[in-house]
Amino acid sequence: MRRWLLPALLLAALLGLWQIACSTGAIADALSLEDFLVPSPAEIASSLWENRDLLAENAWVTLREMVLGILAALVVGVGFAILMHSSRLLRDAAYPLVVASQTIPIVVISPILVVWFGYGITPKIVIVALICFFPITVNALDGLRSVDPEAVKMMRSLDASRWQRFRRAEAPAALPNLFTGIKISVVIAPIAAVFAEWAGSSSGLGHLIQSDTANFEVARQFATVAVLSALALALIGLTALAERRVVTWR
Amino acid sequence: MKLEIGGASHAYGDLQTLDSLDLAVEAQSVIGLVGPSGCGKSTLLELICGLQEQSAGTISVEGQTAADERLSRCAFMPQRDLLLPWYSAIDNAALALRNQGMGRREAREAAGTLFERFGLAGFEAVRPGELSGGMRQRVAFLRTLVAGKPVLALDEPFASLDAITRAEMQEWLATALRTDPRTVVLVTHDVEEALYLCDRVAVLSARPARIVAELSAPAPRAADRDAAVTDPAFVAAREEALRALREGSA
Repeated sequence: MRRWLLPALLLAALLGLWQIACSTGAIADALSLEDFLVPSPAEIASSLWENRDLLAENAWVTLREMVLGILAALVVGVGFAILMHSSRLLRDAAYPLVVASQTIPIVVISPILVVWFGYGITPKIVIVALICFFPITVNALDGLRSVDPEAVKMMRSLDASRWQRFRRAEAPAALPNLFTGIKISVVIAPIAAVFAEWAGSSSGLGHLIQSDTANFEVARQFATVAVLSALALALIGLTALAERRVVTWR
Repeated sequence: MKLEIGGASHAYGDLQTLDSLDLAVEAQSVIGLVGPSGCGKSTLLELICGLQEQSAGTISVEGQTAADERLSRCAFMPQRDLLLPWYSAIDNAALALRNQGMGRREAREAAGTLFERFGLAGFEAVRPGELSGGMRQRVAFLRTLVAGKPVLALDEPFASLDAITRAEMQEWLATALRTDPRTVVLVTHDVEEALYLCDRVAVLSARPARIVAELSAPAPRAADRDAAVTDPAFVAAREEALRALREGSA
């Protein structure tokens, strides 16, 4: 109860302050702006309601980009982690490259991917997957390597094959780390999806924000941000739920 | 002879851990290895189990000298219980059977009969995290026993337990070995534990380890532990072992 109530109260207080600051024109005056450029929470809420169909339509587009991107990163990242775990040679060769790949800014490569894959959903999935690949791979690999060397000896002595050691000892041990990686991915996936849409798209929440900037639709921009944030929160909640279902021994 | 070691030496790089060690263990007898901390007791155990290769000399288990042959004939119980937290107590105990290809239900049934015999009935479905230290060691020992190997290699199985629990566990193990005699190599730093549980005790010197004394225990695995360890013959053997231990460490 306390876990939910306190942040909810704080949020209500902040929104209240914001509402008062807007109705007195304090923020717009301080920034020397027209009043309509600084929407109040009430105006944002009504924009949210009036544009519900448009927002839902675009939210569905962005949600698909995020979920498919995370799933692609999960499949490739876990596969890569297993390969690097099973071969010392491959790990020594590929791990520095995996880390180095993170120095490439996504803003720079997303236009290239649009050129390659067009304006459809594919470049968005690729960009989300590229961003989420790193936390998933690194955490999964750490998890696989977290197994006690003594436990490996014990398993060997209990007639475990390489596959059985993986299946019964290493893979379950890696699950908590893997979920950490997924949670980080879920948090950064909306940023990746918005960047991907900015690089070239005709729909999605990122696209909506971009076109609203041109038209000074500030209230709807805030409403769009709220929807994006709600999507991310829902995904985090789902991941936490899945973790509790799967990692039952903690 | 179930187990024969002839002139076995071992080194980690420049660090000589074992120096031309000889040892012979008869079937269904329990041999204790005591020695100062870091003397190479655990290394010797891993060599016997085929988890490592000696640098010189021969080690044979049931006449087989190849490391993988030894591995298939020895069950190794590491110092910490290393129960897998994602499996129930019974699934941990049945681990070797599962690895050997037995189905889940049959493996549980086979391990379940031992649970009843060794005072663990009712704890089958409990996860290791909910078991006490003593119970965890019992499950870990059953896991070693269930593997059905001719030789059990126990590495300081009770070192992590408090004094009272340790005494209880020694009695429990003595009972277990009276009802189900096995060839056991027990590594411990506790002279009293070795003399109570083993038929013979080999005292090792400081690194590089060699055998400085071999003693016969006066009353191995006696039903009344308290009487056995206060018996004058036992006290004399303990003093002799301690003297050998001190001289070997100097």
